[in-house]
Amino acid sequence: MIDNQIIATVLVHLFTALIQLVLPRKTVEQMILSIAGCLIGFLLSVNLFIKILDGGILTMNAANWEAPFGIVFVADLFSVTMVLLTSVAALAVSIFSAVGVGRARMLYGYFPIFHFLIMGLNGAFLTGDIFNLYVWFEVVIISSFVLLTLGGRKAQLEGAVKYMAMNILASTFFLTGIGILYGITGTLNMADLALKIPLIEDQNIVNLTAIFFLIGFGIKSAVFPLYFWLPSSYHTPPSAVAAVFGGLLTKLGLYALFRFFTLLFVPNEFLKIVFLTIGVTTILTGAFGALIKTNIRRMLSYLIVCHIGFVIGGLGLYNKMALVGAVFYMIHDIMVKTNLFLIAGLIRQLRGTMNMGKLGGIYAEYPKISLLIAVVLFSLVGIPPLSGFWPKLFLLESALFNHSYFYAASIILGSFITLFVIAKLWSEVFWKDASLDEMVVDNFKALKPGRKTLMVLPIAILACASLFIGLNAEFIIQVTDRIANEMIDTTPYTRAVLGK
Amino acid sequence: MKSVILQSASRYLLPILLLFSVFLLLRGHYYPGGGFVGGLVAAIAFVLHSLAFGTAETMKMLQFTPLSIIPVGLIIAAISMLLPVFFGLPVMTGLWIEQPIPVVGLVGSALFFDIGVYLVVIGVVLTILFTISLETH
Amino acid sequence: MELLLVVLIGALYASGVYLILRRSMVRLLLGIILLGNGTNILIFLLGTITKGKPPVMAADMSVFTDIYADPIPQALILTAIVISFGLTSFAIVLLKRVYALLGTDDLDTLNTPQEEDV
Repeated sequence: MIDNQIIATVLVHLFTALIQLVLPRKTVEQMILSIAGCLIGFLLSVNLFIKILDGGILTMNAANWEAPFGIVFVADLFSVTMVLLTSVAALAVSIFSAVGVGRARMLYGYFPIFHFLIMGLNGAFLTGDIFNLYVWFEVVIISSFVLLTLGGRKAQLEGAVKYMAMNILASTFFLTGIGILYGITGTLNMADLALKIPLIEDQNIVNLTAIFFLIGFGIKSAVFPLYFWLPSSYHTPPSAVAAVFGGLLTKLGLYALFRFFTLLFVPNEFLKIVFLTIGVTTILTGAFGALIKTNIRRMLSYLIVCHIGFVIGGLGLYNKMALVGAVFYMIHDIMVKTNLFLIAGLIRQLRGTMNMGKLGGIYAEYPKISLLIAVVLFSLVGIPPLSGFWPKLFLLESALFNHSYFYAASIILGSFITLFVIAKLWSEVFWKDASLDEMVVDNFKALKPGRKTLMVLPIAILACASLFIGLNAEFIIQVTDRIANEMIDTTPYTRAVLGK
Repeated sequence: MKSVILQSASRYLLPILLLFSVFLLLRGHYYPGGGFVGGLVAAIAFVLHSLAFGTAETMKMLQFTPLSIIPVGLIIAAISMLLPVFFGLPVMTGLWIEQPIPVVGLVGSALFFDIGVYLVVIGVVLTILFTISLETH
Repeated sequence: MELLLVVLIGALYASGVYLILRRSMVRLLLGIILLGNGTNILIFLLGTITKGKPPVMAADMSVFTDIYADPIPQALILTAIVISFGLTSFAIVLLKRVYALLGTDDLDTLNTPQEEDV
């Protein structure tokens, strides 16, 4: 079935970036184009999401080469959910960038690179070919390198070296895995691989390949022994960039893990234990790391790591309830983490610092903004009925049901430490009296009302998305339930791609 | 590196290499060659010139920054990629004109994609090499 | 030929890993490049090497009747080389900037606290 609609979002971001490249020094036009492009991308992804939700899996053979010989783009419910969330986050970040990113950075091409990054993310979520996935990964990491180093402050460059080294290493692992997989199966199409891998006689080499992918995607998604690059680089770029990174880039690694380890390598007992162990250790190290940090963005970086552990553990349990919980957690996490980094940017605008010791008194001065932020913080912690509560409930129930008590305990401990850290953030930044001996640099008051709106509006959009996810949990559970079904029974996927 | 032999040789080699790069670009669809290789050869022609005369001299001769041809190439490639959509075909499907054109041969959307790649490769390679070599001085 | 490539891949991976584990940034970069080259040759090797049988058909044939060399590994390697060219050149420029700022290429010095931390 020919349907170009699948990659419409990719094309929209490509052409937005291209038009912006033709207008190199016109930052205002670029800004408007960027918001318009993200809005069109958002509408198209909503349309695609509804179409997949009502219909079923759609595929598109690029250049009209039939699968499994050509590159195929597949829109199943998991992909389009991720594309939809990416579009929402991209829309919010592009609005925030209008004020949150300096003019010098815009002149160096911030907006085109941002759109190339979003294009890469959309392409990676939609492709059904492992080598094409590698290429989209590279599009994403090259754009992220540029975004990370734009501006060229010392701390940024130092963070970028670590980020670059680890990400190139991850790509090398990924590529090695692809090479071995192509050598033993002779195909690169995911659906075709899903049918051919179980037929291979020597399953040891399959397991070895799986470990290559696990390490490659593990670095990208920042799991326990491989996460150190994340907290040492995510606090350096502007908050708008950190929001895209924190919300979406690690989730791309998680998406790839879920895709590979449900479709291609169905976890055996050993892999399940590996995933559970990684999940538990990731939760604990991330949580303890967050406890000791005083810079808001450093603390948030550790919270990202902590919460990735929840999702990985869900993959390790590998039953329907756990997968529902894990995918639901990813949906919730993309919205909240993107928003938290935007909030960090807003706090910096309000006070000129992100050190919790020096902050204070924001609630007294800006009660409405503080209440908006409180909604997001509560969602993160998982106060019922907000969005963080439901997935944790599923994960916890599934963990207890399967007697993985370590994982259950670490979910509780991780949530508790998150609560503690967020409570500390709230009392230090919002409730505590502003310290008198510090010079308060309020760059927010000086802004024009329109620009103030541009800073607060994206936070409100994402907060509404979080509220929608939390209050409309039944709908989200229906969606994630179908995604989990598609993960466990992959025949609809392979049938849709290969047409048999 | 100021060598009279290299300077006078590169003066003649530059047009020949550029011609060769176009040849590679045009024969690329069915024979070895293509936009990427052609672009590399063209970029190397300019790099040779810059080795002989210095980077500043080459940039003066080019009269445009290599960075500015990257978007041009990208747009040509992107449009040739999008064109099949208007004929109801999947993205990137090759569209061909039935009759071959003299010298060039069969013309299709793949050729325009290759021209785009050719320009992007020249732009990227020259930008990178010029940036590195200018920073060293 | 295959044995030679296997030895070569092993050597490239070993030296790549060794260089990555050093503290110098330049060695880190060289190690990453060597690992990438090793991976490319690995893809080439695992795509099974067929000598002298190009995947080109005569004009009057419609299907292959003989074994032919698989063109896909070469396409994959070409793509990977292009990507690693871009990544490497970015990395070189980045490392040069860092060196200009810090005056050293020791990886252990990359820990300047940000202004907000102090």
